[in-house]
Amino acid sequence: MSAPATHFKEASRRMAADLRHRRIIQTAMVKYETVRDQRKLWFQDWQGARNLAARTKFEAVNHLDQYLEQFVRLIESRGTKVHWAGNAEQGREIIFNILRAKNAKVVIKSKSMTSEEIHLNDAMVAAGYEVAESDLGEFIMQLRGEEPYHLVAPSMHLTRGEIQDTFAQKLNETTTDSPEDLTMLARRVMRRKYLQADVGITGANFAIAETGMISITENEGNARLTSALPKTMVTLVGIEKVLPRYEDLALFLPMLAVMGTGQALTCYNTQYGGPRQPGEADGPEEYHVVLLDNQRTLLLADAEQRDTLGCIRCGACLNVCPVFRNVGGHSYGTVYAGPIGSVITPHLRGLKQWKHLSDASSLCGACTETCPVKIDLHHHLLQNRRNASAPTAGKPGFFQKLAFKLFAVVANHAALWSLTTKLSRLGMKLRGLVNGSFFDPTRAWTKTRELPPIAKQSFREWLKEREL
Amino acid sequence: MSERDNIFARIKEALMLKAHASHGHGLPLVEEHRRVMPPVGVTIEEQLTLFANNASELKATFKFVKDVAELAAELKVLSAAEQWQRAATHTGSLAHSQTMALGLATIVTNYGYDKDELELCDVGITECDALIAQTGTVLVTSHSAGGRALSCLPSHHVVIAHRSQLVADLPEAMSLVKQRYSGNYPSMISFITGPSRTGDIERIIVLGAHGPKRLTILCLQN
Repeated sequence: MSAPATHFKEASRRMAADLRHRRIIQTAMVKYETVRDQRKLWFQDWQGARNLAARTKFEAVNHLDQYLEQFVRLIESRGTKVHWAGNAEQGREIIFNILRAKNAKVVIKSKSMTSEEIHLNDAMVAAGYEVAESDLGEFIMQLRGEEPYHLVAPSMHLTRGEIQDTFAQKLNETTTDSPEDLTMLARRVMRRKYLQADVGITGANFAIAETGMISITENEGNARLTSALPKTMVTLVGIEKVLPRYEDLALFLPMLAVMGTGQALTCYNTQYGGPRQPGEADGPEEYHVVLLDNQRTLLLADAEQRDTLGCIRCGACLNVCPVFRNVGGHSYGTVYAGPIGSVITPHLRGLKQWKHLSDASSLCGACTETCPVKIDLHHHLLQNRRNASAPTAGKPGFFQKLAFKLFAVVANHAALWSLTTKLSRLGMKLRGLVNGSFFDPTRAWTKTRELPPIAKQSFREWLKEREL
Repeated sequence: MSERDNIFARIKEALMLKAHASHGHGLPLVEEHRRVMPPVGVTIEEQLTLFANNASELKATFKFVKDVAELAAELKVLSAAEQWQRAATHTGSLAHSQTMALGLATIVTNYGYDKDELELCDVGITECDALIAQTGTVLVTSHSAGGRALSCLPSHHVVIAHRSQLVADLPEAMSLVKQRYSGNYPSMISFITGPSRTGDIERIIVLGAHGPKRLTILCLQN
């Protein structure tokens, strides 16, 4: 088993049995579901909106070269410096070069999953920079030295008491445990950082080809300040984030808010098209956009799963996933958790190491049903299973083959099938005597589950009884 | 080859394999968007009511003022109630004259400012580009609202708007931005929907996470 698989198995077993964790997540998710469902009803036709969003993303991703070219040409025309990073290392190197050129010491960051993907923070801290995560949830995670738990709500697994303790230990500041007081404490700390920071680094939710702008969605105003106060602004963005037209935001911004947090629109949706322009009161002197590939073109080359590049990172599939809700965000051991993470991580980081995530699914399809851009998530999990068991992955074992041969014989003969069903009912009764012991043939399975009883009557028998 | 060329080469090669369009072809028209998006009413009166309701749900304050005199009076009341010492504004004529009339220590961002001082301001008073009925949103840009920090750094953001600036929905606001600025876009365009907030602690909403704790929209009738 690969190291990530061992970690996943161990962590998910531990977390699934952690009732406290499950209670916290359950409470948060129920609150989310209530507001999300109210907001969906606010649309005249939510399913229609999903179709339009899927169509728009299909157009964008399948003409990625054209839209990317247009986006870059226009944003450069306003004095933005655009950089290209083929992989994570190049991405970090580009940003380090900017920090060195600017002689930066303090860096302020707004929330960016792409920066987590290339482990930018750790690298900057290791190189001696003072880095502040300004999003409240990310700030708490940074203080605790943890990875974000969830794409949208990084600290959703913590209680106010735990956050109070973290602030007391790491900031040496005591407050009550009220969310209001804790937030105001973080606000005060972060205000000082904003005023000191030499460079501000942001992520991006969309890159608009038609107008050459990036768009950032947030609630706190931390990205607004990150892009307003430091002299240099850097945006790290995946190449797949393009939208063709400015008006496409009219559809995507509300959909992202509804699915992400259950809001109609988040507090700040801001487009940036360059550094400070002539006649403007403020803004950064320099603006750098770093476009990151990091295996996205590999995903693009898989026509079957290309739709995953339309993902808007709303986190909706995590929220509805029974696996995520039980094992939690940290068990996945990768930046992108939940169904979307299980689908794309094997492409981004290697199928052999990460194929186990495709098995961490009940294939219930809740993810596919909720996805606002209609990514066929649970079928992609099946495709990853198929790809992982392709001929190169080794042939099925002797017992596996034998089991399926026997099954084929039984399933092909009606009399044998009916006999087996009857015998199984007897077997169920006998199993009751040895339940869970060494002699129980189903013990590996029933250790953590109930064995459902076989129906007293088969469908054929039921029908026979009623036929005149 | 540069990294740019490498990435474009990989994209072009990948796209030689065609994907199946399961949800139809081509970019949807704005009219298609409008058929699925939240309804906005027909008349101006309906849309004004919608904006007011949305703003109140967002915990923003929305008030009509009859004329400039009433606007000045309203600002005086706010200033006294919150004991403003320092204010910030920009060179927009209405915002500027109204802020100056308050007689406080005032920063005008377009003339250059010290960010530590702007942070100390009790209020940032700006104009805007549009009010969006559909979502209760105020649209500002670095041109219309005195740059990037003014509408976000002081703890109270007061917007002076005009009834004629109301637009029905998001697509209309976006086409307005394109018409007004095409070819010379401001470096920042922000859709502000309520005061700054966070739900990162137990999903309990707290206002004023990093941006303004209060958002007041004063809308001139005439």
